[in-house]
Amino acid sequence: MSALLESLLGERAAPAALAGVREAAIAALRERGLPGPRDEAWKYTSLRALEQRRYADGDCGARMRAIDVGFLPGPSAARLVFVNGIHREDLSEVGAVTGLDIERLGERPDELAAILRSAPPVDAFGELNAALALDGVRVRVAAGARIQAPVQIVHVGTPADGDVAWSLRVQVELGDGAQLRLIEHHVGSAPNANLGSIVAAYRLGARARLDLIQLQDGAEGAGLFRRSDAVLGSDAIFDLHTVEVGAQLARHDLVVALEGRGARLRSRGVFALRGRQHADTRLAVTHAARDTACDIAWRGVADQRSRGVFHGAITVAAGADGADAQLSNKNLLLSAQAEIDTQPVLEIHADEVKAAHGATVGQLDERALFYLRSRGLPLDLARRMLVAAFCGAVLDDLEPALRARVDALLAARLPQAEATP
Amino acid sequence: MLKIVDLHVRVAGKEILKGLSLEIAAGQVHAIMGPNGAGKSTLGNVLAGREGYEVTTGTVEYQGRDLLALEPEERAAEGVFLAFQYPVEIPGVNNTYFLRAALNAQRKHRGEAELDSMQFLKKVREKLAVLHLKDELLHRAVNEGFSGGEKKRNEIFQLALLEPRLAILDETDSGLDIDALRMVADGVNAMRDPARAFLVVTHYQRLLDYIVPDVVHVLADGRIVESGDKSLALKLEEHGYAWIAGRHVPAHDGAGAGG
Repeated sequence: MSALLESLLGERAAPAALAGVREAAIAALRERGLPGPRDEAWKYTSLRALEQRRYADGDCGARMRAIDVGFLPGPSAARLVFVNGIHREDLSEVGAVTGLDIERLGERPDELAAILRSAPPVDAFGELNAALALDGVRVRVAAGARIQAPVQIVHVGTPADGDVAWSLRVQVELGDGAQLRLIEHHVGSAPNANLGSIVAAYRLGARARLDLIQLQDGAEGAGLFRRSDAVLGSDAIFDLHTVEVGAQLARHDLVVALEGRGARLRSRGVFALRGRQHADTRLAVTHAARDTACDIAWRGVADQRSRGVFHGAITVAAGADGADAQLSNKNLLLSAQAEIDTQPVLEIHADEVKAAHGATVGQLDERALFYLRSRGLPLDLARRMLVAAFCGAVLDDLEPALRARVDALLAARLPQAEATP
Repeated sequence: MLKIVDLHVRVAGKEILKGLSLEIAAGQVHAIMGPNGAGKSTLGNVLAGREGYEVTTGTVEYQGRDLLALEPEERAAEGVFLAFQYPVEIPGVNNTYFLRAALNAQRKHRGEAELDSMQFLKKVREKLAVLHLKDELLHRAVNEGFSGGEKKRNEIFQLALLEPRLAILDETDSGLDIDALRMVADGVNAMRDPARAFLVVTHYQRLLDYIVPDVVHVLADGRIVESGDKSLALKLEEHGYAWIAGRHVPAHDGAGAGG
């Protein structure tokens, strides 16, 4: 067994309600081990260095730590803040909103156990999450309720006493016809080498609409493993924006099942990496019913020695006729040492399907760069302007305040003057 | 203002300019005419600092400085402007934002105060009025989806806004109908000034009916082979470039020239 698992799978104190599900997860994880280089799903993300690391199980000081984080501006229906995986009441704001029900799972171990049991882990990191999760949140929107202001869930990573592994669970349930805007903000309060794990499940009833914005600006140096798992009922709409700019090693499995007839996914995403960052996004969409649609457009930028991985898989199941599947992934390499691996995969088992997919990896357009410079823009500013425009192409419909925040996040990651062309 | 001496330039290993010399004083308009492949666009690109143009010998002095030692953005800030033959489309970069950033970058380089958005818009409106341009162009991405004529007009608009000292127009007339041509020429003529010089590169004489040059040069096979006043352009129009080629028999083909 790896040093990582050894350090995390020892005896621990946990609420009795969680004992059974945790033991099962631990046993499964001992049996399975971490994925290796021959595992197709981990082909471009090596865990060899991570396996040698040791972490303490959870941050027992998480409730006390002073953190320095800029929360997103604007009104919200609720803001839930977790520091190293533990809920912080002092930083959260939860008011009473009709039709909106927010439960903190750390206080309801029985509910947490039920959620963990309802969705058995499918991989090692899912098992690790189930084995370690002590806290989380469940957000429920009653059928027909339309929540106007967004709900914010903020995941703060901060240095602890030594390196810690933290896990939490997010469960979002929208009743039939319900609507919600949800913002997930991953942010670092200071650089740290902690390992975070978040498993989030989204259940959309018939005609429900979820607008989800995921801003991953995790702490410098941190590892972050996330799974976002959505299931859509008939005519449900899942509008997703994902921005990945933070953490040292980030893996995000984004799994969407279009189960009800007419269910639609719209996914817009950007990753922008520098230094030695490694970010791996694995998107898997299944069209399981007739007349379902997905429209996926992601852009990636890698500078310096960073590495970006994008795997976009769309499966159209037998019988899912009338499906419309569109996937595009365009990438920019800003340095000779950076690497981007992109793999669009389309698997079709139905007859009447409209599908298109494409992926490109290129460099900044020298002609455009010269045009900007010939008007007086310094090289670094010209490069930043072009990269920002490249990323911005998939962010056009974000509301202005959020867009400004995302632009600022991206700008902070974009090429600096000293970057090598 | 500009003094080019014996300029040799290679592009992708091939010598394109083969000893070009040219001197332009402030306040003058010089036209460079020549057949396709003579090196007209190479001259504009090398003066603006485009990569891939290797100067093997020769000097370019601009306002007493070695122009070739400057980065493209430094040349711009020092007052060199190239109106592109093929302006580049830049999706996602708003035209107004781009122009303000460019103008302010130049001003910063020159130690001048940057313009805030109100001051900038005031300046923009002045220039738009002079050029009879629709301000709708400003709200779009740089050249994206512009017609050929709109792109060229946008170049002239940038020229008006950035107020360079040396403006190089690289076949700005190509692809323009007569109305657009007039508008471009009006824009240039409105900018003529004792402190400003123009280098107008063109294939056809037509543009020079509207932008009347002080000096016309004929560029052939990488060299200036003939210079004269505006009547030279008319002669070229009448006789074609073959006329020039006949008068300047290349040295290596000199067998019949001795008599």
